[in-house]
Amino acid sequence: MHEKEKDLLDAFLRGQVDRRGLIKGLGAMGLAASTAGVLLNLGQTRALAADFDWQAHKGKTIKLLLNKHPYADAMIADLDNFKQLTGMNVTYDVFPEDVYFDKVTAALSASSPEYDAFMTGAYMTWTYGPAGWITDLNEWIKDPAKTNPKYAWDDFLPGVRNSCAWNGKPGGALGSEDAKQWCIPWGFEQNNITYNKAMFDKAGVKLPGNMDELVAAAAKLTKDVGGGVYGIGVRGSRSWATIHPGFLSAYANFDQKDLNVSADGKLSAAMATAESKAFHKQWVQMIQESGPKDWSTYTWYQVGTDLGAGASAMIFDADILGYFMNGGSNKMAGQLAFSAFKANPAAKAPTPNIWIWSLSMSNFSKDKDATWYFMQWASGLDHCLFGATKMDFVNPVRQAVWKDEMFREKLNKSYPGYVDMFDASAPGASIKFTAQPLFFDLTTEWAATLQKMVAKEVPVDEGLDKLAESINGQLKEAGLG
Amino acid sequence: MHRAKPSGFRISKRVLPYLLSLPALLVCIGILIPFLTSVVYSFQRYRLSQPWARQFNWGDNYISFFTDPKFWNTLEISLLYAGITVGLELLLGLGIAMLLQKRSSLNNFISIMLLMPLMTAPALAALMWKLMTNPGFGVLSYLASLIGLQDFRWASSPSTALLTVVLVDIWVYTPFIMILLLAGLRSLPTQPFEAAALDGVPRSFVFFRITLPMLTPYILTATLFRLLDSIQQFDIIYAMTQGGPGDTLTVFQVEAYLNFFQSTNVGRSAALMIILWAITYFLSNIFIKNWLRLRERARGQA
Repeated sequence: MHEKEKDLLDAFLRGQVDRRGLIKGLGAMGLAASTAGVLLNLGQTRALAADFDWQAHKGKTIKLLLNKHPYADAMIADLDNFKQLTGMNVTYDVFPEDVYFDKVTAALSASSPEYDAFMTGAYMTWTYGPAGWITDLNEWIKDPAKTNPKYAWDDFLPGVRNSCAWNGKPGGALGSEDAKQWCIPWGFEQNNITYNKAMFDKAGVKLPGNMDELVAAAAKLTKDVGGGVYGIGVRGSRSWATIHPGFLSAYANFDQKDLNVSADGKLSAAMATAESKAFHKQWVQMIQESGPKDWSTYTWYQVGTDLGAGASAMIFDADILGYFMNGGSNKMAGQLAFSAFKANPAAKAPTPNIWIWSLSMSNFSKDKDATWYFMQWASGLDHCLFGATKMDFVNPVRQAVWKDEMFREKLNKSYPGYVDMFDASAPGASIKFTAQPLFFDLTTEWAATLQKMVAKEVPVDEGLDKLAESINGQLKEAGLG
Repeated sequence: MHRAKPSGFRISKRVLPYLLSLPALLVCIGILIPFLTSVVYSFQRYRLSQPWARQFNWGDNYISFFTDPKFWNTLEISLLYAGITVGLELLLGLGIAMLLQKRSSLNNFISIMLLMPLMTAPALAALMWKLMTNPGFGVLSYLASLIGLQDFRWASSPSTALLTVVLVDIWVYTPFIMILLLAGLRSLPTQPFEAAALDGVPRSFVFFRITLPMLTPYILTATLFRLLDSIQQFDIIYAMTQGGPGDTLTVFQVEAYLNFFQSTNVGRSAALMIILWAITYFLSNIFIKNWLRLRERARGQA
């Protein structure tokens, strides 16, 4: 490498030049962006190696269990850098999401030492943690001998970081003082609105600012866009996945909760309040009037593909689902726009519930220190920047990536409103569920109740009363209520 | 001339029977260990997410079923599903088998072609039907609209979800019954039929008094296989509706799967499975007893 280029790279790595300045500078020296990228990665590898003994576990091999996902793709694309940096080897199995968590449950419940680390959602750690299947990562994060001094744990978005930490007590607040860090957030999704601007213009519909407007806008879009297009896509399958996206984000905006936690730590159902009933009525009405006809079978995939194919005018779901539908070979690629959504007119800001793809360490791993080396690299700033700017690693969990000009520019160019949406809703973004071991029982039954309400099998008030009664019974039976 | 030297490897006559039955014994153990483990689990309060609360609660998991409307719904829908699918598949299978009874190359070709759905994995068949019943572009939704059924919601409406999964089951499994009954029909002795033809006996009389009684062992076998399979249905229902909408299709296996893999409630899941085992044990006993009785009667007549 020439001296000038070396100096510029070192200046960047010292923080004296920003990323864009660096790429521009290298460009002026006659280097193409791709070459600059390679040099930068090399430089970073060199810089990382300077302050920390990355080679401490040289020659060891760890094995990962991965879900087929753009985050995993981005990691695999960057894996050579890790191998070069540490001299370690990494092998992995990738499974599609339909069977992924069954595989994780099977491997962990059998105490299998096959996998050292794996991808998981934060909700799942509420089972894995108390079951003794995963390790509290504080032990490594807080140990300067084992963690790279540039790791910058404080750089993670606080709401996201806290959402991955729980003290294991049913109803215990996420991110409390005594919380265990069950997983490291990797990438996450906020639930907001992704919409088809041309369809909104055609129907003369403005962006909805609250729940009343959302219901009305969805109905008008269904009526006026034509061609069988329906107004709003939300999930509806008989699964926890129906509750956690748009539904819970809007519900939480009205200050409603899933469970009450009493002073003595007992849990009870909290969804039979008058406010909750009013919200459920609106939600059910919106699906009946303007949702997909076979809503009760809708998962992430159907909600996304309908938007991407131009069969729906908007979705109230994961922002990154909208992001993916705005690219690739989708019919509506490049035509979608994004907006934060605040359901409650009286609320100050949006309160999106979040899904966090995270990395957990198996308690049955044979070499936890070596596994941590991989985990800190995969959640480190350099890999996050690589994933966010070169691949589809959205939404990154590190604030420094959101401040990166190249990343913001990439989003602003092709994803109108995405950055503003993110900035508006990130401060209020966190997991809105109560952490407790019956999470999946509760949410699956909630989804089944919503299905009954939408199918008019049960009135909303009666349905919620029955749901609360059933959940209270289950909590009592499990010794939690 | 030398006699062949006996090999040094000898098994005493007393050990031999045990040795020969060893493979069967091993298989038996392979089945019994998980079975007995499930029985033990079913008597425990056992959630993987609450390891500290694990303890024997003896019959509590079972007793709670009696007052649990969800369990009765599961029992009802499982039996209903099994009854409807097996009944309809028998009627259709028998009808098709009778149409193809005559040996001709065309009939043989058709019977082989009709086996195609049986070669499709039920989960894939369910996904195919999910696409065909899609309200936006599904061919079946289009056909339904042609006969005036606008907005027919198939598996996504509680009123038609059972019908939809039953249709898929019939599509996949009717060929199974058809091929068994066709083999039965073609192996029946011809004399009674020839005698009936000579006497000019009406066809309905031939069917009810000759064909059906002689075919009964085959019908019983086919019904037994299908009934045991159908009451344990999982893939078609889970792939199409995950047990929904609401609690419309929460059959045993779907409920047990969700209890184990999603809620990690091992105790309840195991108890559900043991009850399902008891039902299948009871049903198979009835069928096998009847089948044996029929065989005895046939021998007695001979």
